[in-house]
Amino acid sequence: MNIDLSRRSFLKLAGAGVAATSLGAMGFGEAEAAELAHVRDFKLVATTEARNTCPYCSVACGVILYSRKDEQTGKNRIFHIEGDADHPTNRGTLCPKGAALRGFVNAETRLTQPMIRRAGGTAFEPISWDDALNKIARTMKDDRDANFMTLNEVGIPVNRWTTAGFLAASATTNETAWATYKVVRSMGIVGFDNQARV
Amino acid sequence: MTVSPMMDSPRTAAANPPVQPVQGNMGQAAVVRSSAGGPVAAEPTALTPVAKLIDVSKCIGCKACQSACVEWNDTHPEIGANVGVYENPLDLTPDMYTLMRFAEYDNPDSGDFEWLIRKDGCMHCAEPGCLTACPAPGAIVQYSNGIVDFIQENCIGCGYCVSGCPFDIPRLGRADHKAYKCTLCSDRVAVGQGPACAKACPTKAITFGTKDDMTALAAERVEDLKSRGYDNAGIYDPEGVGGTHVMYVLHHADKPGIYNDLPENPQIAGVVENWKGPTKTFGLAAMGLAAVGSLVMGLMTRSDVEAEDEQRAADMVDRAADPAAPPEEQV
Amino acid sequence: MTNSWTDIKNTDLVIVMGGNAAEAHPCGFKWVTEAKHHRGAKLIVVDPRFTRTASVSDYYAPIRPGTDIVFLMALIRYMMENDKIQWDYVRNYTNASLIVKDEFGWKDGLFTGYDEEKRDYDKSSWDYVIGEDGYAEVDPTLENPRCVWQLLRAHVDAYTPEMVERVCGTPSDRFLKIAEMIGECSSPTKTMTSMYALGWTQHSKGAQNIRGMAMLQLILGNIGVRGGGMNALRGHSNIQGLTDIGLMSNLIPGYLNIPTEKEPSWESYMKSRAFKPLRPNQTSYWQNYPKFMVSFMKAMWGDAATKENDWAYNYLPKLDVPTYDVLRMFELMDQGRCNLYFCQGFNPLLAFPDRGKVTRSLSKLKLLVTMDPLETETARFWENHGEHNPVDSAAIQTEVIQLPSSCFAEDEGSLTNSGRWLQWHWPGAEPPGDAKLDTWIMAQIFLRVRDLYLKEGGVFPDPIVNLTWDYADPNDPTAEELAKEMNGRALEDVTDPADQAKVLAAKGKLVKNFTELRDDGSTSCGCWIYSGCWNEDGNNMARRDNSDPDETGAYANWSWSWPVNRRTLYNRASADLAGNPWDPERPLIWWTGEKWTGYDVPDIAPTAKPDEVGPFIMNQEGVSRLFTRGMMRDGPFPTHMEPFESPMANVFNAKMRGNPVARLFESDVAHLGDSTEFPFVATSYRLTEHFHYWTKHNVVNASLQPEFFVEISEELAAERGITRGGQVRVWSKRGEVWAKALVTKRIKPMICDGKTVHVVGIPLHWGFVGAARKGWGPNSLTPFVGDANIETPEYKAFLVNIEPAVGEAVS
Repeated sequence: MNIDLSRRSFLKLAGAGVAATSLGAMGFGEAEAAELAHVRDFKLVATTEARNTCPYCSVACGVILYSRKDEQTGKNRIFHIEGDADHPTNRGTLCPKGAALRGFVNAETRLTQPMIRRAGGTAFEPISWDDALNKIARTMKDDRDANFMTLNEVGIPVNRWTTAGFLAASATTNETAWATYKVVRSMGIVGFDNQARV
Repeated sequence: MTVSPMMDSPRTAAANPPVQPVQGNMGQAAVVRSSAGGPVAAEPTALTPVAKLIDVSKCIGCKACQSACVEWNDTHPEIGANVGVYENPLDLTPDMYTLMRFAEYDNPDSGDFEWLIRKDGCMHCAEPGCLTACPAPGAIVQYSNGIVDFIQENCIGCGYCVSGCPFDIPRLGRADHKAYKCTLCSDRVAVGQGPACAKACPTKAITFGTKDDMTALAAERVEDLKSRGYDNAGIYDPEGVGGTHVMYVLHHADKPGIYNDLPENPQIAGVVENWKGPTKTFGLAAMGLAAVGSLVMGLMTRSDVEAEDEQRAADMVDRAADPAAPPEEQV
Repeated sequence: MTNSWTDIKNTDLVIVMGGNAAEAHPCGFKWVTEAKHHRGAKLIVVDPRFTRTASVSDYYAPIRPGTDIVFLMALIRYMMENDKIQWDYVRNYTNASLIVKDEFGWKDGLFTGYDEEKRDYDKSSWDYVIGEDGYAEVDPTLENPRCVWQLLRAHVDAYTPEMVERVCGTPSDRFLKIAEMIGECSSPTKTMTSMYALGWTQHSKGAQNIRGMAMLQLILGNIGVRGGGMNALRGHSNIQGLTDIGLMSNLIPGYLNIPTEKEPSWESYMKSRAFKPLRPNQTSYWQNYPKFMVSFMKAMWGDAATKENDWAYNYLPKLDVPTYDVLRMFELMDQGRCNLYFCQGFNPLLAFPDRGKVTRSLSKLKLLVTMDPLETETARFWENHGEHNPVDSAAIQTEVIQLPSSCFAEDEGSLTNSGRWLQWHWPGAEPPGDAKLDTWIMAQIFLRVRDLYLKEGGVFPDPIVNLTWDYADPNDPTAEELAKEMNGRALEDVTDPADQAKVLAAKGKLVKNFTELRDDGSTSCGCWIYSGCWNEDGNNMARRDNSDPDETGAYANWSWSWPVNRRTLYNRASADLAGNPWDPERPLIWWTGEKWTGYDVPDIAPTAKPDEVGPFIMNQEGVSRLFTRGMMRDGPFPTHMEPFESPMANVFNAKMRGNPVARLFESDVAHLGDSTEFPFVATSYRLTEHFHYWTKHNVVNASLQPEFFVEISEELAAERGITRGGQVRVWSKRGEVWAKALVTKRIKPMICDGKTVHVVGIPLHWGFVGAARKGWGPNSLTPFVGDANIETPEYKAFLVNIEPAVGEAVS
């Protein structure tokens, strides 16, 4: 080695862990790059697109969901989300939340199975859908039968159930909202509200 | 595989990407410069020069560009801490190629307060200091459309690009010791798409197209700003680096420094600029240094590097490795 | 929004007050920057903080949180004093000329009829003088001292620029500059748009803030026109839809009402909903109420709803209080009077005020059921997370069932955006693991409860066992089936009233829109304002034609908007009395001599003559209301009211605390603080990097804004010895939080009533689950107080104290 770099420099640089492995492959004396210039493979090739809208604020930006089949689960996995340039409002743009939507869909804290926390418990434990739904229905029926008010103090029919309440979501579809409305109202629940205020 | 209909450079970022296989137009054939004597195309494909225009006066500092950049490039920024400012992370990192920088400015002329927000990142200089400084053949290339890109496979992690950059942009990865920075989404541009940040930008503060179109758009914006009383509005396309393929519209173009130290007159660092002849050999030397202890070291038997160059190189290595000015990720 | 996001490009002036559009709605805000760039529009921001919206504004003014009414009434006063009035609009399209009862008045901050004991008004004097012909009396000259215009003039007289400076802390020169800019928009060819959000609603008088701006917009002639309007920027992707479909205590889909105990019969219910016109020739469209109501009852209960049983009116609950809103429900819970609670995609532990009370209340439930795609703090309210959730798990007896649901990317259906566009979306993946669609979950709950009633009988099973549930797979109703049910269908042939031989909708077919609904039981319709969304033409919500003839911004063939695909509400008011557009450069609809035509679906009968029928067809007057009669609980005009926690007394009446008729429970009065103990004004808000409590689960967003902080001025930092990035403790009468200090020039102390007022800004995105660092939200500090009309909690103005935190206890 003819170049005489100071030992201090040498140690620092070597200590920084500069990779030497590629050198051998470099055709060294030619001073040529081991790898010819190239750009990353275009990652959206051969994907499935689905048109959707952002679930966050009320601008309702158009988004495109890019997915591929996940060999492990056999389900489609969304691996990229980008603004839909055809959408008249957002024209393909997205804010920092919308641009990162993939991380919501695939978040580690997504829920994947019903859980129950028993009275006084310190942890959730798994419960089957059937058991969970039956328990909910049983509790509703019992509480409704016990506390439903058919007549008020002066004998007017009021048919309301005030010991149960339902908070409806802010990002479910209108169709879910309608199904929810039917279920909640048919039971006489009046403590019914949504997220319009907060 | 179909051939991209967009053989030339894209004109906009407002388009939906293809999902059918397309032949990109950016590769070795379009390389016009390569670091340390790396290979360039004999007759490079002549792509129309492109530019990203960042209109600071339209920027709302929302960080959509950061978010879209991370998503597109599949980087993994860490979840840091709040230290009492809006910048997150606090600086560019190997996993954050672009960063909103926020400056609180009491304008002495108008008496008004201004919140100046600037998207920081690679400027894609026409005369790239990083490329000039890089000792690794083919680790930094410039394509005929103006994009300056790092070829990580060829990067030796010496950090010279950091020292060579007048804008202090590249960052070295801690784990792999490769240098990273904005690629101007070369993988998107190659297939006719604009960069992810420009597509995402909610207010179109970031736009993308040919450099000519972006220069014209910038002029239009400057005119609008002047009509709103910003007499010194102007375009930032600094000559010291031969112009840039990322340009700014600034309301106060006479004072770029108020935008979080945007250099007034960026130049390629003297040490890099004066040292053109022996670049290639120096590159070899630096690699030999890196390869010490390996068998290939023995191959490095010839050099026509002068003592002066050696000293410069030593200084640069020192600087690159100096903890006071570390080229690596600063957290 | 009266207008749409894309319409904002047509404006000349944007005022963002009571919101922070750039930060909370960045991609909608694009249309502001487009208007600035391509139309030369200006942007004004009025906000306690110099926000990201302010960073691109042309003019900014600070304001003390909770004093917007003073600012707005002062703007109206300025317009009146300086003749910045769109006179033709005011005379013809507002109720300026209507005469108000002599008994009505205002004194010492209160309107006539206040009952301190009941904390309510007797509103009988807040009404028009009705003449012998049954119509409201008018004075077209606007000179009668009892006409609305003169009463308004008298009402705003106190709101001088000096008063603005004294109460709002806004320097009067800044106020006057803004008034001057706004005044230019009184020209028929210049338009201002108002973009607001929870910065106006989350006050004990939030609805009156919005009234104030709506009145200003009417005076300027800016309602119904392109680039104008009152644009409420809804906070969630489908909160517009959830509200439209009536998922609230007192609503039936399409803004119909759940009856009260005072309406025990169908007849009594309909009697108060006759909506007879108050001026000759007026449309008073709500006269169609019975058609919408009967069609709704048929959608719910099908054959069980008959004319004979008053359309099963008995099945509807009757309210004893105006609303069982969330504040009331948590109050009931706290009193041990609520046993079972469902949270569908909702995180009340972080969303509702006075978190201590929320935790206490949830702890008294027997069963809490959550349905969410993500972990929520609410589902884990019983779990100890150190100082971030210091509960004793063993002492909490509430059972919690957490059900995993799908998210947007996995289901199909429509969401209604702020501009009332119903946009269909398609799934890109299946729910993870064993997570299920929300529609499936609701069906399962319903079917199981119904089965129990069918098997066991029980109390009043009728509305449950008779609920229409005729989906192809009752276990799993599809979005298509539900959408068609909301659209409505003909149960018998529906014929043209003008020509009985002509069948408009054959039996079994979907109705075209709500004009085909009937009150005789021959039609069903779940949500009348959504009628037309999916008719025999197909799924109109899925339309994707993004053409825009003449670039008006209407996009009439993109998705579908309610009502009847109308893009700008009150668009009749965009044309003058002859039916010609006020601004020939920005036509929207116009009168051809025979009918209305234009770029949008006219908001008036197609052949209603422009000089006869007023443009505000939903109002009995046919005109808009500067004076709202008895329709709001706290006054027919907005009057200044301080927040419940305020650094200064009400200048009109020092004894008046907050809004005298606001939602306040006895048990919460003791938990209100005062400015001696809590000298600083706090306000809460979103940051652009996050969406509510969702994106803290997202590592990218968590990296962009990782940790809870509060914002204070350099002056307050100096006063309290707080350093940038240092740890602080912030506390109110109700709780405390620890945060990093962000010391900034963007918040500056204000002088109000001679006193320095410091503002503490508290963003709301942190909790104890997710990827971001653990933190708190403003609801640990905020008071359990709600708006007088719609019970929105007072999140935007309350009192706190702040100090450097001792040690590094947290984070």
